[in-house]
Amino acid sequence: MNTILKNELFRRFISILFLILIWEIISRIIGDKIILPSPTDVAESIKYHASKDLFHHVYITLLRVFTAFFLAMIIGSVIGIVMGRKKKIDDYLDGWLILALNVPALVTIILCFIWFGLNEVAAVLAVTINKIPTVTVILREGTKAIDEKLIEVGKVYKMSKFDITKDILIPQLFPYFISAARSGLALIWKIVLVVELLGRSNGVGFKIYEFFSMFDVTSILAYTVVFVLIIMSIEWFLVEPCEKKLTEWRL
Amino acid sequence: MNQINIEIKKKTFPLKTQNKQSENLIFKNLNFIIKKSQFVSIFGPSGCGKTTLLNIISGLDKDFDGSVQTVNSSTNPNKNISYMFQAPRLFPWLTAIENVKFPIKKKKNCEKIAFEFIKKIGLERYKNQYPNRLSGGMQRRIALARAFAPNPNILLLDEPFISIDKKIANSLRKLLIKLWKKNKPIIIFVTHDLDEAIELADRICFLSNLPSKILLDYEVNLNRPRNQNSKEFISLKRLLSSTTRLERK
Repeated sequence: MNTILKNELFRRFISILFLILIWEIISRIIGDKIILPSPTDVAESIKYHASKDLFHHVYITLLRVFTAFFLAMIIGSVIGIVMGRKKKIDDYLDGWLILALNVPALVTIILCFIWFGLNEVAAVLAVTINKIPTVTVILREGTKAIDEKLIEVGKVYKMSKFDITKDILIPQLFPYFISAARSGLALIWKIVLVVELLGRSNGVGFKIYEFFSMFDVTSILAYTVVFVLIIMSIEWFLVEPCEKKLTEWRL
Repeated sequence: MNQINIEIKKKTFPLKTQNKQSENLIFKNLNFIIKKSQFVSIFGPSGCGKTTLLNIISGLDKDFDGSVQTVNSSTNPNKNISYMFQAPRLFPWLTAIENVKFPIKKKKNCEKIAFEFIKKIGLERYKNQYPNRLSGGMQRRIALARAFAPNPNILLLDEPFISIDKKIANSLRKLLIKLWKKNKPIIIFVTHDLDEAIELADRICFLSNLPSKILLDYEVNLNRPRNQNSKEFISLKRLLSSTTRLERK
């Protein structure tokens, strides 16, 4: 098992190293710091910002990301599961779902800021509203795909609807939760940056806009690299192990 | 649990024939009583409503005109039903022992009870395996253990040993009798294999084609363990199959 893990980590490490190498080469060819700073420039910039307020802004952004993530997952899942189990509700809400899926993120953000003010609540709400429809669609599909025969086993043993939902329905939805979580995380943090750019005065998105107005591409890339590394770590060290644990029974 | 009174006045299923909606009459005035500790086999041709009957008795199908009532003894007021389906219907995200534990997990010593059953079905080595890693025969053993785990008053089995290897099916039947002998619940066992019905049951109810009626309600008086090759067995089988063939016409 350890050699497999070593090989996997080795491969992932090598591929990233290779990417950095290509970046270095291209930046040298271009030779313009404003268009593409080199990895070494960005590394120095990271060191500089880390000693100032980088982690403060990253922390604030992550807080927004996780708040919106959990709210969207919970609300979206509940609506999706209900729509999957009750045809009538599905018929009523399906139109709204399609509408919600197709409203651009930008429009939702701007409308939230206009209706609720340029504040934290509006910011997180905008991201959450954006993400709920995608979670709902995935969970609805999953709920429609569950094995009714297994639910019957619960009914035979006179289990309450709550227990059947908790012990028989939800476990069948684990792969769908993971799928919604993964695509959710990827989508949410990008929208959070836009929200911060449009209507907040802190966070990674805000800082990127600040650097943009000063053509400080090096700092933009510094913040980006740090943030992307954190998100990748979450995916590799949190989401994937969770996924493995929840789906180990699948062949 | 003294007895079950089954009274089905009318049971239909909607049937789509071309453009019309009509009804398929499954049961009309089907009544019978099952007494304590009886091992009853429901025998009938394909499509005669055997599974529907089990679904009605188990409470899964409430859409019928009539009633299924249990007459309880004063010592045990609970109607405790288990159902073993045609497919094992194990929960794939639970291990073997967790599946057996499932109907009794609210009990304090459920782990111990489940493990005892795992031992009785001979799957100690596999107790922590997931069902999709186990063979079909093993899965059915687990489903059988899960059905017996809550010590039911009534156990329903829907052709549980159909289309398995003969040897394994035989060992599963012996296992069923062994588990039944402990607390002797009422067993209602659906099959379309006459050998199986005669081997296992105290009483065989022969169902007709639709609308299903009871053609024959026969008490099997052979001693257990029953041998399919014995004279009594073979002559009983001949008697029953010719009687019911006549009745079906």
